[in-house]
Amino acid sequence: MIGLVVVSHSQKAAEGICELAAEMGGDAPLEAAGGDNGEIGTSADRIGEAIAAADDGDGVVVLVDLGSAVMNAELAIEMTDANARIADAPILEGALNAAVEATNDKSTLESVLEKAEDAREYRKR
Amino acid sequence: MADDPTQRAAIVAAAGAVADRLEAEKSHLTDLDSAIGDADHGSNLARGFRAAADAVEDDEESSPQELVKKIGVTLISKVGGAAGPLYGGSIMSASQTLEGGLTAETSVDFAEAYLQKVQDRGGAQLGAKTMVDALTPAVHTYKKSIEVDELPPLTALAKATAAAERGVEFTVPLRAQKGRASFLGWRSVGHQDPGATSTWFIMQELLKVADDYLDGETDVDARSPTIPDETPQEVEES
Repeated sequence: MIGLVVVSHSQKAAEGICELAAEMGGDAPLEAAGGDNGEIGTSADRIGEAIAAADDGDGVVVLVDLGSAVMNAELAIEMTDANARIADAPILEGALNAAVEATNDKSTLESVLEKAEDAREYRKR
Repeated sequence: MADDPTQRAAIVAAAGAVADRLEAEKSHLTDLDSAIGDADHGSNLARGFRAAADAVEDDEESSPQELVKKIGVTLISKVGGAAGPLYGGSIMSASQTLEGGLTAETSVDFAEAYLQKVQDRGGAQLGAKTMVDALTPAVHTYKKSIEVDELPPLTALAKATAAAERGVEFTVPLRAQKGRASFLGWRSVGHQDPGATSTWFIMQELLKVADDYLDGETDVDARSPTIPDETPQEVEES
């Protein structure tokens, strides 16, 4: 199954998004990689560990918030053996979409990535 | 080319000198960062480079390439935020250019690879008020001084460091377009960029250490002949 990693500057935000996504796609491996040693920030090492934990060999889609979250996720992906991709998507909506698609038996890394990125189109009014 | 033990000693000395300088400049960098960022640049970098210096200090086995890579990997682990991937990730990636050891030629390759990685990772162009504004003139000046003017590496590094200083000054009147500073919009104008500043500090320390290990001149005028005369003859006559 495709794994998901949620990277936020805030540990609470990352965990909260995982909590919501788990409601939608309960079986998908979901890992929160929030904060940097307990403070606001992001850490490539921490993201790398989350990718390893979420990967069962099929690949991982990484949802990110802003700025250094993108850079540290890129760096973590360069340093891992897992097949991981960053979704160009809003972190919360993308994670929910991805979690639903990941529980589909026929889902692939590409299909989960695509569903996550579809979340860019969500309008609020 | 200096032998491996000498190259290793120079790299270890450089890591230590950079760590000491960033420790000394910690509050200065944090003040700059508190104006337009999140006030953690000084403490983050100082902590990271101290750990990196410690990591290489007792290493008598590794090649120059492996030592530089170790500095990058340690920075990635110890420096939070964007500085970890930008400094550490770029050093790690650029260390590949030192496979054949540290020479004038490979040092140019390293400088170019480092700048390229910083730009790829951060997505910043020249003039976005980032470390790229100090790095770009430094790397261009260094490359031209070595490859075109055939100056000794120490002299080239002195010119490059002077060019980095001018890049730091250039960041002051610019509006930030990258990182947290960009959220401030026009309020970022008038502040010196912390990343450009720490890049220049690091280069100053590399220059001091290089001066201990290499022959050449460090007290050079950066504007001549590597940087063209800014008041050409025609203009003065008109």
